[in-house]
Formats: sequence, C-alpha cells, structure tokens
Amino acid sequence: MNTSDKYEAVIGLEVHAQLTTKTKAYSSDENIYGATPNTKTCPITLGHPGTLPVSNSKVIEYAVKMGIAVGSQIRERNEYARKNYFYADLPKGYQITQDTTPICNGGFIEIKGEDGKEKQIEITRIHMEEDAGKSIHDLDPFHTLVDLNRAGVPLIEIVSEPEIRSSGEAYQYVLEVRKLVRYIGICDGNMEEGSLRCDANISVRLKGAEKFGIKVEVKNMNSISNVKKAIEYEIERQIELIENGGEVVHETRSFNAANGGTISMRHKEEANDYRFFPEPDLQPVIVTQEYIEKIRKTLTLLPKQLYIKFTNKFGLSDYDSIILIEEKEIALYFLEITKHTKNYKTAANIVNGAIKAHLNEFVKHISEFSISAIRIAELIQLIDDGKVSNSVATSKVFTQMLQSDLSAEEIAKNNNWIQDSDTDSLSEFVKQVIAKYPEKVEEYKSGKKGLIGLFMGEVMKLSRGKADPKLANQLVRAELEK
Amino acid sequence: MNSYTSFKDTQIALKNGKTTCVKIVENYLKNISEKNSDINAFIEVFSDEALERAKQIDLKISEGTSSKLAGFVLGIKDNICIKDHKVSASSKILQGFTSLYSATVIERLLSEDAIIIGRLNCDEFAMGSGNENSVYGSVRNPLDMTKVPGGSSGGSAAAVVANMCLATLGSDTGGSIRQPASFCGLVGLKPTYSRVSRHGLIAYASSFDQIGPLTNTVEDTALLLEVIAGKDKMDSTSSSVQVDDYSSFIKPVKRKIAVLKDCLEREGLDVEVKQKLESTIQQLQDDGHEITYVSFPYLDFLVPTYYVLTTAEASSNLARFDGVHYGYRIENPENLEDTYIDSRTTAFGDEVKRRIMLGTFVLSAGYNDEYYKKAQQVRRIVQNKTDELLKDFDFILSPTSPHTAFEIGKKKVDPTVMYLEDIFTVHANISGNPAISIPLYTHSNGLPFGLQLLSKDFTEKDLLSFSSEIMKNFSE
Repeated sequence: MNTSDKYEAVIGLEVHAQLTTKTKAYSSDENIYGATPNTKTCPITLGHPGTLPVSNSKVIEYAVKMGIAVGSQIRERNEYARKNYFYADLPKGYQITQDTTPICNGGFIEIKGEDGKEKQIEITRIHMEEDAGKSIHDLDPFHTLVDLNRAGVPLIEIVSEPEIRSSGEAYQYVLEVRKLVRYIGICDGNMEEGSLRCDANISVRLKGAEKFGIKVEVKNMNSISNVKKAIEYEIERQIELIENGGEVVHETRSFNAANGGTISMRHKEEANDYRFFPEPDLQPVIVTQEYIEKIRKTLTLLPKQLYIKFTNKFGLSDYDSIILIEEKEIALYFLEITKHTKNYKTAANIVNGAIKAHLNEFVKHISEFSISAIRIAELIQLIDDGKVSNSVATSKVFTQMLQSDLSAEEIAKNNNWIQDSDTDSLSEFVKQVIAKYPEKVEEYKSGKKGLIGLFMGEVMKLSRGKADPKLANQLVRAELEK
Repeated sequence: MNSYTSFKDTQIALKNGKTTCVKIVENYLKNISEKNSDINAFIEVFSDEALERAKQIDLKISEGTSSKLAGFVLGIKDNICIKDHKVSASSKILQGFTSLYSATVIERLLSEDAIIIGRLNCDEFAMGSGNENSVYGSVRNPLDMTKVPGGSSGGSAAAVVANMCLATLGSDTGGSIRQPASFCGLVGLKPTYSRVSRHGLIAYASSFDQIGPLTNTVEDTALLLEVIAGKDKMDSTSSSVQVDDYSSFIKPVKRKIAVLKDCLEREGLDVEVKQKLESTIQQLQDDGHEITYVSFPYLDFLVPTYYVLTTAEASSNLARFDGVHYGYRIENPENLEDTYIDSRTTAFGDEVKRRIMLGTFVLSAGYNDEYYKKAQQVRRIVQNKTDELLKDFDFILSPTSPHTAFEIGKKKVDPTVMYLEDIFTVHANISGNPAISIPLYTHSNGLPFGLQLLSKDFTEKDLLSFSSEIMKNFSE
C-alpha cells in the first residue's frame, strides 16, 4: 500500500462569484471589467466622508437565484454587517458583508464522485458582499498601485461543507458552480479575470479517522485546473509532513502558478480580528416568499432541468445530454433546433459533432456561429427524407452552409448531392451488380458475408454516389439472400 | 442696521424694502469680522460667494420668483459636506480635503434660496460636550467668553447667539445640538432618527447621528426642518414617513406630560435648574395640562450604553481616515502600516483616539458579547420602555443639561466627568425619538439654560407646536 493511500483529504471550498449587475453593490458606478483604472469611482466607492451605501436590489435577486438553483433555504430578514480591516484597496476600512444572517443556508451541488457515482456536496451558506479594489504590486518597481474600479463590485460567497475528498472532486465542484452561475446568468465565471475565485480549506486524516486534521487555507488559484493542482500539491505536502513526523500548521498559503506549489502567507494567530457588527447604514432587506416564487418562475433553464428534459422527453443518452448542457448557450442552440425538428438524436449528433468540432477548430463561441438553428433543422430534414446521407450532410453540406445563405437542400441540389432513393432505379443497379458477379454471390451465400462491401461499392459506383447507402444495403442484402 | 432674530422679521424687512439680502449678508459678515477672532465659531467664511448669492436672490425677490428661504442666512457645522468646499470635522486628518458633493440637507436648503455663509467649528468628529476638542481651538460662549458654548455643535450655537448668521445646522449624536442650544439660549432640535437624511454628514455613530437646526425661535426651527426633512434615496435609512407642515402650528390643546423623577432627583443637578423646572411644571399643571411623575430606572445605564455603541460605530466609521486616500498623510512613511499608524496617531486628537480605542475594544473578539451585544440589548430595552411610556403621554419633560455652560478647560481633564454631561440628552439618541431644547430660563449666574421635551417618533409637529406655546406663555 502506498503511504498516501492511508490518508484521506478533507476539502471545503469557498467560491467568490462576482455578480454581473450593471452597477455596483452600493453605488451607481458601472460594474465593468477592464476599464481605465480609477474611472468607475464615485464618492461612495472612494469611501469619501459622509457617503452612505445605497443598495442595488439586483444583488438580492442574483443571490436568491443562486439559492434557488442549489436548493438553499432563503432567509427572510437579511442584515448586513461590517467586516473591519485596514488595507490600501479597501477605501472605507471595512467591507460590507453578511455575518450571522447569510441570505442562503443549505442546498447542494451535485458532482460525479471519484467512484463515478453522483455525489452531493452540501452548501453551508451563501452570502452577499462587496469586492475590494485591486492592489497591483508588479507594475511599478517602487509603488503598489491601487485600482478602485473593482471596489464595491457585488459578490456572492458560496461556502461548501468539508465534504470534498479529492482534487478531482474539487475540480468537478468548481466546474459545476461555474456552470450554474453561467446558466442563471449571475456571473460570467471567468477565473482568469477573477470574476470567479476559489479558496480551498484542506486537511488530511488517516482513513477511517473521525477527527479532522489541521486545515490549511490555500488562496490565489486563478483557474479551475490550478485549483486541482494546488489541492494535489497541498495534500501531498501535508501527508509528507505528517509521515516525516511533522505537524501541519494552521495557516493561509498562496498558490504559485509558476511552480505549482504553495507558500505560506500568514499564520492564523496573526489573523485579523474583523470586529463584525451590524451595518448601521443599511436597513435589513426582507425577502418574501412571494418574491422568491417570482424569481423561481424565471429560472426555467437550470442544467438539471435540461438534463431531465433531454434524457426523458427527448430520449437522448446520458452522455449526449451531459455534453449538450455543458455550456448554456450551446444547450439553448440545441433547444432552438428542437423547435423545428423532432429528430432529437440527429440534432444532438450534429451539435455535439460537426458544430462543436467547427467551433473548436476556429476557437469560436456558439454566439459567433453563422448557421441558424432553423437551417440546421432543415439539414436534418434532408437526412430524414433520405435525400442526403448523414455523412454527406455533416461534412459536405454543413461545410458549404457555413459560407452560404442557401438552404441545405439548395446546396445539396446545386452540388448534385441529392441521393437516389428511388427504389426502382436502385433495384435495377442491384440486379445488374448481382448478375455481374455470379461467383461472388455463391461465395457470399456460402458464408463470406464480408463480400457485401464489394456489391455495395459497385451499386454506389453505378449510382455515381447518389444512392442512399442505407436503402442500397437493404436491397443488396435482400437480393443476395433470395 | 439689522439685527433680525427671526426669519419672520427678516422677511418683513425684505418685503417692506427696509433691507436686501446683500445688506443682510454684509451685516453678518461685519459681525463675523468683529467677533469671530474672539469667539472662534467660524473656521471659514464664504464672503464672496454669500454676497454673490445674495445678489442673485435679491434679483429673484424683485422678480417674484424667490423661494421659501430667500434671505435666510445659515452657517453649517463643519461635519456637513458642501460641494467644492473644504470640510474637516475640525480634524487635522482631513487637512486639505475638499468635498466632491453636497449633503442632501445643503441641496435642499439651497434649492429654497437659503444663503450659506460659512463653516462652523465643532468638536473633532462631533465628539465632545464643550467644543474644546477641535484642531482650530476652543469656541467661546458669546454670552460669557470664559465659558464653553457647549458641544459638539458649539460653533453652530455661538454663531447664532452672536448674530453672525440667523441660524445654523448642527448634528446631534448624544446631545450635540440640544446642549449647546441650552448653553447659548437657543432652540435646538434633534429630529426623529431617520427624519433627516445623513447623506453628506460625516459619520460619528451612524445609528445615532441626526442633523438638526439651531435657531433663535421655534418657528425658524420648524421652517428649516420642513425643508431638510424627508426621504432621500442616498440614505437608505431615511424614512419615507410624510413630512408635515411643521411651521403651521396646531392650536393649543391640553397635553399629558411625563416628568422623569429620576432626572429631577439626579445628584449633580443644579439646584436652580431644578427649581425653575419645577415651577414650570407647576405652571403647566395650573394651565390644565396633566403632569405625572414617572420613574425611569434606566438613567444610570444610558451613558454607558451610549458610549459603548457610539464608540463601536465610530471606530469603524473613522477607519477610512487612514492617510492613504485623502486628507493628512505623514511624511515619508516606511510602509503601509506606518502610514496608517503614524498618520492617525499624529492627526487624530486625544478624544477621537480614545473613542476609537474604546470602540475597537468593545467590538473585539472575546469582549463583543460582554459589551457591544449587551449594550445593544440595553438599547432595545430603553427603546421599548420609551415607546411604552409615550403610549400614555405626549411628552417626556426633563432638563436639557444638569447645569449652565461650564468654564473652558474645567472638565477636559477627566473624560468620564465630561461624559456625564450627556446624561439627559443621550436618551433620545438611544431611543431614536425627537427631542428639543427650548431656551426658557436664565440662571442667577446670568447664563441661559433650556428645558428638554421628547416625543413620539415623527411627532415633530406636536413637539414644535407645544414648544412654541410654552415659549409664548412661560419664557422669562
């Protein structure tokens, strides 16, 4: 047994999602990434004397959406709190957040566990807060630069129970969270730009042990794969430490993307006392059951709901469905096609096959894809009518559709790709071929079934490629087995 | 030569052509230039601006397009922001700072054609009861230059009583409008918490602070409240309860008045203050008002509760003054931490530092439950008991302050002695109720003192009407 197999990791994740509201959480400053530094900064954002926060109601709406999406209990009376600490990018000297009354408690994120089975990771809480500004340490050799455009941008923090057991599960979890926030349209989920951020609390213990080990918090992982890497590294580091007779220290460590390791930032004894107390400048927000129900009605496109629809109503495979719902816009595109065709399986195949391959090849997003859903439905109709084969449709016709506004059928016609599905003329070709190779027919009948390829090839040749291969195959078989 | 002590007189003179806004402003500027170097009420005078505005308003008056407060000249406590003007809260930490916007109360005054003549000295960040904690030095009481004008809105009170402007705005967190009003013989109102927008008021203790007027007459206080009160989208704690026409007083009716026994029996209450108050109570009773002596056994808890909660909020509210973003910064700091520590150590006064430390302590882990949470519970009890009492009574009557204005420097030595100055006034800030100090009395020492009335939330109209009635019937 490998030493590391003796241990089990215990991981809890804190995910910060920046909300894509038009304006900031407590001011009318525009909430936008990448603007010229310090241009989205009114006196409220700057924390000027005498300013007061003015709540953006969209923040509540977005937090409620997340709560509904993960099945949380949503709190009626929401108080805000101040978290006090000094830092150059925190103009007020405190962050407005929620302390004892988070807007959501409970609920879960569903992932595929290590054993491949569904696993639910429970959500401890989701609360609303504001982002700090950005301190930039590496642009000026002598100064730290502060950009307050980000100060006051709304966030929700999603805290999981320590139920994650491996880096792979953590990876899955963050992926699921990102998928959800994108589906409900509250966050763009871009980890590189910092609109989705993740801190991990990691400890290890001997398998079967009940008590948790001493946990370490790891920060600054700016991609989902770095979350995985950082956790892998940290688990290894902790196990090695214990195996060598050492002890894990309760601390905060920073992930270093350059070498994949983590380094100590501060020990917990040095940690701030944040002196939380209720924010006196904001009245508690009351979230009524009526309001929650109103929001719930707008959430018709959750990945789970789509999965059930795709598998049950459309009869698609588990695999096809999961791939289709990976990205919201692709799932929407697929749904659009299904408004015009009942051939869901072929629609799924085209989306997951030809379309995705094309998007990958040209590094495009589905929003930049030039063929409308209705034209794809027409292409499917062409296949269903037996006018072109699947392969002609998805390779030749599809490729031309990318550059043309013509319908699939027109393209097929213009290129003479409409296949012959006239049974009579096809039967004629089959008879000719059978007559041409009497010995091969005998061989086939005596068991050399592979010869069907030869006959098919000849039939296709005679039809100059336009024969419907499925039909041709049926006819050849029938003739041979007479 | 004008010496109008009410806006009504000012308006009559303007109407009869006896004066103009320009003349009025010139006269106040003259008074300021003669007296301010001694009194130290104004820390900045907007001479040119006020004169220019006076000209414009004179024009408006001649065209018949002027608004409600045309000719009303006000001074503003230096913790209320005025766009493109300096604001300092009498602190070195805001050295050189200019506000980018105006407080809602300023916007409202200006839109009614009021003229703002300058910024007024106060205790640093409104922390104090004598206006002795100011980077600009102490303010003197114009009625006796050896005495304080009260605090923290000491400059606001002194300016009015010295006729350097008609009225002023102050702020009241624990009595900072009412106590100076009492010491200077003025009317001072702390409105119901949330009645007046705090947008643009430099916060001391957010859940206690209210802006209010200091005036010579109850009528002027009513008129100013009418203009500055009301819902403001920039202050989400401001109330949307309808603003009354406070200045049209209701007809005298017989009232039910509670007198807090514990206040009158309080040790340290000046004998003459007590006697005069008792004679007023007798007169009220003789006039047919119903007087009941009630017990309010929370008096001893008020000041400690007030200081725990206000310092907690202040420690957080004042964190933004960190030497990094604006205002004063120590020269050549070594690093970020030094910037914080040295800038704040140098630029905050002792009282402010004392309260920041106290507030930080009561909120810190391990003490929060014992102090902050406990004080919040007491606050809730005081609120409930006050509400209960006001179910049966229209007003609660008490002295505003235990005595008349004290000597400059006398109480500065021991802060806890100073804190007891607020014993009668903090009640209204803890409970949120409106309270007024009216200048009924003159002590045998020659100094004025006030009577305090407290009423139900949002009943300023009753409070002001009754105050006007008392002033008419009983003032000495």
